[in-house]
Amino acid sequence: MHDEKIIETRELTKVYGSITAVDHLNLTIKRGEIFGLLGPNGAGKTTTILMLMGLSEPTSGSIRLAGLDPVRQALSVKRIVGYMPDNMGFYGDLTGRENLFYTARLNGIAPDKAKDKIEELLIKVGLKEASNRKVREYSRGMRQRLGIADVLLKDPEVIFLDEPTLGLDPEGTKELLDIILDLGKKEGKTILISSHLLHQIQAICDRVGIFVKGKLVAVGSISDLAEKLGSEQAIELKTSNIKAFPADEIKAIPGVNSVEFHEDMVIVKGETQHLAPKIAKALVAKDIDIYHLRARSSDLDDIYSRYFQEGEAKENAQAAKPK
Amino acid sequence: MPKLPNLNKIKESFQKKAATFKEDSSRLPNSNGLATVFFKELADQLSSTRFFILFSLITLTGIVSFYSAASNIRGTTEDAIANFVLIRLFTTSGSSLPSFTWFLSILGPLVGLSLGFDAINAEQNSGTMTRLLAQPIYRDDVINGKFLARFFVLVLMTLALGFFVAGMGIIITGVPPTGEEIIRLLLYLVLSIVYMAFWLVLAMLLSLMFRQTATSALCGISMWLFFSIFVPILAGMVADAIFPITSNSDALTQLYNVRVSQGLSRLSPSTLYSEASVTLLSPNVRTLGPILLEQAYGAISGFLPLGQSLLLIWPHITGLIAGTLIIFGITYTLFLRQEIRA
Repeated sequence: MHDEKIIETRELTKVYGSITAVDHLNLTIKRGEIFGLLGPNGAGKTTTILMLMGLSEPTSGSIRLAGLDPVRQALSVKRIVGYMPDNMGFYGDLTGRENLFYTARLNGIAPDKAKDKIEELLIKVGLKEASNRKVREYSRGMRQRLGIADVLLKDPEVIFLDEPTLGLDPEGTKELLDIILDLGKKEGKTILISSHLLHQIQAICDRVGIFVKGKLVAVGSISDLAEKLGSEQAIELKTSNIKAFPADEIKAIPGVNSVEFHEDMVIVKGETQHLAPKIAKALVAKDIDIYHLRARSSDLDDIYSRYFQEGEAKENAQAAKPK
Repeated sequence: MPKLPNLNKIKESFQKKAATFKEDSSRLPNSNGLATVFFKELADQLSSTRFFILFSLITLTGIVSFYSAASNIRGTTEDAIANFVLIRLFTTSGSSLPSFTWFLSILGPLVGLSLGFDAINAEQNSGTMTRLLAQPIYRDDVINGKFLARFFVLVLMTLALGFFVAGMGIIITGVPPTGEEIIRLLLYLVLSIVYMAFWLVLAMLLSLMFRQTATSALCGISMWLFFSIFVPILAGMVADAIFPITSNSDALTQLYNVRVSQGLSRLSPSTLYSEASVTLLSPNVRTLGPILLEQAYGAISGFLPLGQSLLLIWPHITGLIAGTLIIFGITYTLFLRQEIRA
């Protein structure tokens, strides 16, 4: 049950004129999973979601979503999938509640049932007090939360969130991510989040896929991805007197490969997992004060930028070949 | 209202992986999409400031021109043609104001354009279109609902205005209308609705073609100016170029000149509408084209019966309806094929 595939794409491709937005994408998402689709702007994330929704037709390749084909059974897919676009729009002249009511009617929910459901959702996303105000007056964060309520109205099995945290302040982001995490963990919804803001997504995703120029360059849990990149660790250091830093002695510690200076920071790279305590001990023995010590690498930011660079390098290599 | 499909049932059916290809009956498309979109759009239109301003404008000008015609008609009713007082009120111009029909022929397109120019692109710009299309409704429901709601507003507005003004005319003149007058009036109102619907669908097509509402509005207005002002002028110029009329040109050249000029200007829906409305409301109009003296010789002056008036403008009416349907067809097809892009 838990390993059941709910979304599966095979060699999914979308071409706009001369631009290949999505390039032979093979993506599998399991039921009940929170999946993060990460990539820079214009990587084809939104296009992929539009195709999964049946809103856009693939140039080639196939999609299975809960056993349905979005190209042929678009209506059935739309019935079970909630989609929150990045520029989620509401009718400004209507109140939040009226906007939700319209969605409920479009989904064929009977008015009395819709009323209760809307009430429940407004409480869930924390918009109860603002529900009778016109959406025009809503802040960005309130709109996004209304968007979540709008998506949940049809009680979807799968939820697509396109850049949900874009333009939100830290507090708004946290509130929204809490709601999303709740949906995934407590209600068992399958959630696909697309974003280029890694830190925010990192905290709530079970697995992530890194998407560069229409291609999926890596998929897996964050620790998986870190492992795949090799075991090299980097440790950032800030010490009292950087000029007096005993670079040679640190280099002598078994497992250390290199010591680099970046302005006021020292970066030590090495093979073993437990470099940090060894370095710390060595420095303390030398009576050097440590102000900052951080082990990099299992951080999504690093993974992302390294995969991104790798993806670009491959791209460049391919482009250079014919010449 | 169809019953809410039992979602638990759906879930079960998915878990069993049943019905992989067939749409199962609990998930049939929502047949209510059209009605939902229709009522939403209708409410939007009727509560909008834009609608209020236009309706006030057209009502005020209508009433004022009608009132001045009514006070003017006392002079003309003395003559032999004392019939059709009510409908003649619509075409009579007052001492300083043009006739009611003239006002409607000028403002009608404006109403149609203003109802439709942002029908689609405003929703695309505000991001509500993607959300709307992500709901389980057919795409045609969106475009049909939008058109029907606006069309309904046109019908409502035209009938309300027409009947109000006619009632006012009866009270002012004190002459009860005949059955034929009422039918002619109704036909005139239907014709006006069709004419405004033409501009409505044109505006909707423009709102689909252009991303900016300002662009589609300006484009609509320039087409309106082109058809109602420049086409008749251009038609005259072209006719003069082909069949130049000098002081010694023969009758045939003059006839051809008029025919070409009229034929060309009939490409404009405004010309079709004004010719048709004059014929409907003035039964003494016997022909729309040039007439030779020998053809008129021996004709008894009098009114055309309704059937004959209709026969005269039948091509006009079918032309207008066909134009409206064709443009709607194009809009419909383009909307269904339009791709949603990232």
